[in-house]
Amino acid sequence: MSLMNWIDRRFPATKVFKEHLSEYYAPKNFNFWYFFGSLAIVMLVLQIVTGVLLAMNYKPDADSAFASVEYIMRDVWGGWFVRYMHSTGASFFFIVIYLHMFRGLLYGSYRNPRELIWIFGMVIYIAMMATAFFGYLLPWGQMSYWGAQVIVNLFDTIPWIGPPLAEWIRGDYVISDITLNRFYALHYLVPFLLAGLVFLHIVALHKVGSNNPDGVEIKRGPKGNRWDANAPADGVPFHPYYTVKDTLGMVVFLAAFFAVVFFMPEMGGYFLEQPNFEPANPLKTPEHIAPVWYFTPYYAILRAVPSFAGTQVWGVLAMFAALVVFFLLPWLDRSSVASMRYKGWMSKLALGIFALSFLALGYLGTRPPTPQLTLLAQVFTLLYFAYFFLMPFYSQLEKTKPVPERLSQ
Amino acid sequence: MTDKTPDSRAPGNAVDRRRRRLLTAATTGMGLAGTAGMLVPFAGSMLPSEKAKAAGAPVAVDISALAPGKQITVEWRGKPVWIIGRSAEELDFLASMAEILADPDSDAAQQPAYARNRYRSIKREVLVLVGICTHLGCSPKFRPALTADADGAFLCACHGSRFDLAGRVYRNVPAPTNLVVPPHRYLSDSVILIGEHPETA
Repeated sequence: MSLMNWIDRRFPATKVFKEHLSEYYAPKNFNFWYFFGSLAIVMLVLQIVTGVLLAMNYKPDADSAFASVEYIMRDVWGGWFVRYMHSTGASFFFIVIYLHMFRGLLYGSYRNPRELIWIFGMVIYIAMMATAFFGYLLPWGQMSYWGAQVIVNLFDTIPWIGPPLAEWIRGDYVISDITLNRFYALHYLVPFLLAGLVFLHIVALHKVGSNNPDGVEIKRGPKGNRWDANAPADGVPFHPYYTVKDTLGMVVFLAAFFAVVFFMPEMGGYFLEQPNFEPANPLKTPEHIAPVWYFTPYYAILRAVPSFAGTQVWGVLAMFAALVVFFLLPWLDRSSVASMRYKGWMSKLALGIFALSFLALGYLGTRPPTPQLTLLAQVFTLLYFAYFFLMPFYSQLEKTKPVPERLSQ
Repeated sequence: MTDKTPDSRAPGNAVDRRRRRLLTAATTGMGLAGTAGMLVPFAGSMLPSEKAKAAGAPVAVDISALAPGKQITVEWRGKPVWIIGRSAEELDFLASMAEILADPDSDAAQQPAYARNRYRSIKREVLVLVGICTHLGCSPKFRPALTADADGAFLCACHGSRFDLAGRVYRNVPAPTNLVVPPHRYLSDSVILIGEHPETA
C-alpha cells in the first residue's frame, strides 16, 4: 500500500487503472461481437512476441533467408511452434479484425461521436496490411517473391512518378536482396507503430465511451448505478465484468487458434501457400499467383477492372478506393439510428449484400481468372461500392424502428 | 542592448505584430526547409545503390544456337530477357493478327524506335523481349506450338494476358500494352548485347 502511494505520487498508476478499467463504465449489454477488440490486442502481442523470437534466427539475406526459415523449422528448439504461431497468427489477426470491423458496421460504431475511433481503426487496418505484406516476402519463397513483385508493380502503374517510385521502394530494378533487407526492417518497425495507433484508438474510445448493440448512448441516459452515483445507470465497470468476459473469449479463441497451429498450420494452402515451399526464382513465375486470403477481396477488385486509355492504373485506383471508402463511412450513414437493430430493411439488405460481396470477392481473388469469374468479380465489385455510395440514400429513405430510451436488455 | 528588459507598454516599444508575424513565418519557413533538406539523404538512401546499378549493366548473349521456335532466356537487371527464333511462316502470320490485337502498330512507347516495325525487332527472325507481363510483372509462358492460335504465343498465367509472336498484346486482356523490347544491339551476327542501343541509332 505504501509502495502504491510512493508510485502514485510520481506516476498515475492507480488513477489510470481506475479511469480505464475499474471505473470505466461500459454498456452492460455487450454481446458476442464485442470479444474481438480485446482478441485483436491478444493477437498483436502474440505476433510481436513470436516475431521477435523468429528474428533471433532469421537472416534477411536473399542467399540465406529461405534456408534460415527451414533452420527455424527443423533445428531450433520449438522453432516450428513459434513460426506456426506467427504464420497462423497473421491469418487469425485478420479474421479477428474483419469480425471487429463488421461489428462496427452492424451497430454503427463509426458514427458521431466515434468518427476518430473509426479512422484510427482504419489506419490500424492499413498498417496491418502493410506489415503482413512486408512479412510475406521474408521466407523468400516463390509466392513471397512474385506476390511482392505484383504488389510493388501496382505503384509502377501510376503515371509519371510510378516507375521511379517503384524503384525507390525496391531499391533496385527488381525485387532483390536489397528489397528483402529493407522489407525486414519495415516488418520489424510497423508493429510498433501499430501498438501506438492502438493506444490512440483506445484513448479516443475512452474519451467518448463504448457504443453497444442498441446504439443507445448510455452517457445521455439516467445516472447512478451500484458503484457510482454519477456513472451511467446502464454501465458496468470494465474490470472485473468485461475483463472476465474477455478472458473467457480468449480461452475459447486460443483453443481454436492452437487447433490450427497444431493440426493444420497450412490451412489447405490458404494460410501458407504451396509455391512458398520452393525458394524464390526471379526467372520462373508460378502457374498461378494469388495473395494470402486476407488480401484477396482487394485483389479480385484489382483484376476486375480492365485497362483502358493505355494504362492499367484504374484497377489499382479501384483497389485503393475500396479501402478509402471505409474512411468516409461516418459521413455516408445518414440514418437517424445507429444500430442495425433499429434500422430498416434496406440497411439490413445492404449490409448483407456487402458482407456477401466481400466474401465472394475474397473467394474469387484466390481463383485463376476466367471470363466467367472476372464477370462475377465485376458484379461483386459494383455491389461492394454500392453499399457505400448508396448509403446516403437508403439510410435516409427507409423507415426505422423507435429506439428505446435505455438499453433494451 | 541594455541590461534592462524593454517595457513593451512604454511609448515606442509597442509590439509590432506585423514584424513579429514576419519573423515567425521566416523562422518556420527556414525550419521546414531544413527539415525537408534532411529528408533528402533519408529518402535518397533508399534509391538503387551503386552495387544495384552495376548489377544492371549490359549482358552479351551468344545466339548462334538459336533456331525457329527456340527460346533463350538471359537475366538482365534481374529480369528475364527472351531471345526467340521465328520462321518465315510465322513472320507472315504476324501481318494477319491486326484485328485481335490492342496495339498492332506498336504506337505505345514499349520499344526503342529501331524496333518499331511489324516484327518489333532489328532482325526479322530474332525477337528480343523483356519477359515480364505489362500487367503486373509476372513472366508469361512461351508456347511455340500455339503461335497461330487465338490463344497467343505467350500466355501470362497470373491474369490471363495473351501476346502474339511479336510480343503484341491481345484485345480484352488485363495487360494494357505490348511486351517491352529492351535496348539491344548486335555486336556480331551471333552476339547480342542486351541493355545498350545500337551505336548509329
